[in-house]
Amino acid sequence: MASVTLSEVRKAYSSMEVIHGINLEVQSGEFLVLVGPSGCGKSTLLRMIAGLEEITDGTVSIGDRVVNDLPASQRNLSMVFQSYALYPHMSVRKNLAFGLSNLRMPKDEIERRVADAARILQIGELMERKPRQLSGGQKQRVAIGRAIVREPQLFLFDEPLSNLDAELRVQMRVELAGLYNRLGTTMIYVTHDQTEAMTMATRIAVLNKGNLEQVGTPFELYNNPRNLFVASFIGSPKMNLLKGNASGLGVDLGGLGTLSARPGTSGPVTVGIRPEHLGLNQPGDLAVEGTITLVEYLGSELFVYVALADGQSLLAQAPGNAQFKRGDTVSLGFKAGDAHFFDAEGLRIEASA
Amino acid sequence: MSASTMPAQTTADIAHAYRQERAKRAKRSAVLKHIFLILTSLVMIYPLIWMFAASLKPDNQIFGDLGLWPSEFQWENYSEGWNALPVSFTTFFWNSTVVTVLSVLGNVISCSFAAYAFARLEFSGKTIWFALMMMTLMIPYHVVLIPQYILFLNLGWVDSYLPLIVPKFLAGDAFFIFLMIQFFRQLPRELDEAAMIDGCSPFKIYWAIIMPLSLPAMATAAIFSFIWTWEDFLGPLVYLNDMKDYTVPLALRSFISTDGVSQYGPMFAMSILSILPILLFFIIFQRLIIRGIAMSGLK
Repeated sequence: MASVTLSEVRKAYSSMEVIHGINLEVQSGEFLVLVGPSGCGKSTLLRMIAGLEEITDGTVSIGDRVVNDLPASQRNLSMVFQSYALYPHMSVRKNLAFGLSNLRMPKDEIERRVADAARILQIGELMERKPRQLSGGQKQRVAIGRAIVREPQLFLFDEPLSNLDAELRVQMRVELAGLYNRLGTTMIYVTHDQTEAMTMATRIAVLNKGNLEQVGTPFELYNNPRNLFVASFIGSPKMNLLKGNASGLGVDLGGLGTLSARPGTSGPVTVGIRPEHLGLNQPGDLAVEGTITLVEYLGSELFVYVALADGQSLLAQAPGNAQFKRGDTVSLGFKAGDAHFFDAEGLRIEASA
Repeated sequence: MSASTMPAQTTADIAHAYRQERAKRAKRSAVLKHIFLILTSLVMIYPLIWMFAASLKPDNQIFGDLGLWPSEFQWENYSEGWNALPVSFTTFFWNSTVVTVLSVLGNVISCSFAAYAFARLEFSGKTIWFALMMMTLMIPYHVVLIPQYILFLNLGWVDSYLPLIVPKFLAGDAFFIFLMIQFFRQLPRELDEAAMIDGCSPFKIYWAIIMPLSLPAMATAAIFSFIWTWEDFLGPLVYLNDMKDYTVPLALRSFISTDGVSQYGPMFAMSILSILPILLFFIIFQRLIIRGIAMSGLK
């Protein structure tokens, strides 16, 4: 187990800077998820930690060792790739043992570790197969096996589940979480799937355009997003955003009414409200009227799209047994305490009632 | 009711007639295609058949008799041809084998090294070196023949196999390098990266990952290298002077004498024998190519 510290880490390709000075502390034994839209630099950051990508500026430390100039193999880490990157010409057993034999580990130790990994991941009967004879989920298991046989102090995952179908992804997610609980090793996990991020992470780091937007527990990120980007990125379905104007009296939401909350500032603000906080035909500190344009039935719940009089659209969540249909006129009520406020720059502002 | 069944029957009839017509047309075009292909392949293979026939004829019949079938089978052409020259063909075949095996080894090893560097490693001036390498493809061998001869003469290598073999170990054939670069480039880079994390040096990545996955490219290079070296006439002609050093193509030339009587029968017999190794080599490595293609299904 080791901590990982990034300080002022930058990455530039010729003159194009893609990572703009990132400071991040990953504690020993933590499951940190790097999440962000595609092209935000999360994979690049992971590859810099792995030693597959040169660090333009700043330092990366694993434990208390600066590893900037250390080759990947000496950083004592394992990485699971999106495409699994299993060696196609080697059997599963050889795939697992390859890294260990490169370390000149004694044969019986290699055998013990490979057997252990096979037992943990239940791939014992696949050992003599070649990767092309495996299904996606089995390949994934072998790739994870190849990572754990090294007993590294740090695991890196680069979107490992994105090639699997939905059902298998959920299953592997649970297994990965179980593996983490069992090994307790520090893990850094890159994904663009926020469900993976929310369910597995000890802490999540949200990246956007090469900048770190916020680091926190899933709970913190969901309930206290530091800015508009995090607010709209975390949470599915997405947070509703309404334009408003703050003054000493409250927040004026255009024609929709005035919310009796007092953010410390005045001027244009964005009001965010999560779909589950919008009560359909329920009272609240503020209720707005609108017409249903679409109802999505998911079994346990309904997503109801409501067009407001001023043209804005809101998404509300209702229990699965609720009866709504397109064309209905509804009122959406919400509490001022559930609303998030962001200033003109998109930064969070705390409001008092 | 009858009105509704009538058109249905007619449609079925039309469809049936159409299908029959189409099948007939397909058959006719297949026959034509085959006739064309058989004729063309006869034209292609005729010289070989002629040579085989000539290798079994007595000398006076080879150019006089137009028929392919020999009036009598002169199998002695083979045994005589083998020992017709001052040096036996055992030596020539051995010489050719040495030169060819070493050339194939040299080409495959050195060209794949160079290709790996171009495809995977970063070094300064890479694009310029690549362009230079590609430019050598455009220079005909005959242009560099004389400067090369002088170079090897100064090195004291003339009259030895060194000028024929050593350049092959120096990644001299841009065609093979290019062929392998293209192949290496389509192997996923994540394999290299996984190997890097697994503790492989660049050489180990080449040796343990890239090389085994590139068998089709290696086999292709080996086949071409084998054929071109085995049948090379000009190189041995320029650098080899002593008959006991001759390779097979050079030895075949010795059957044709400018002053006395040429022994055509034995020459054609030896020519037939000289193409057997190429055939054998091709058959063996062709299997490898097919296996290699089946293996490259990565995902």
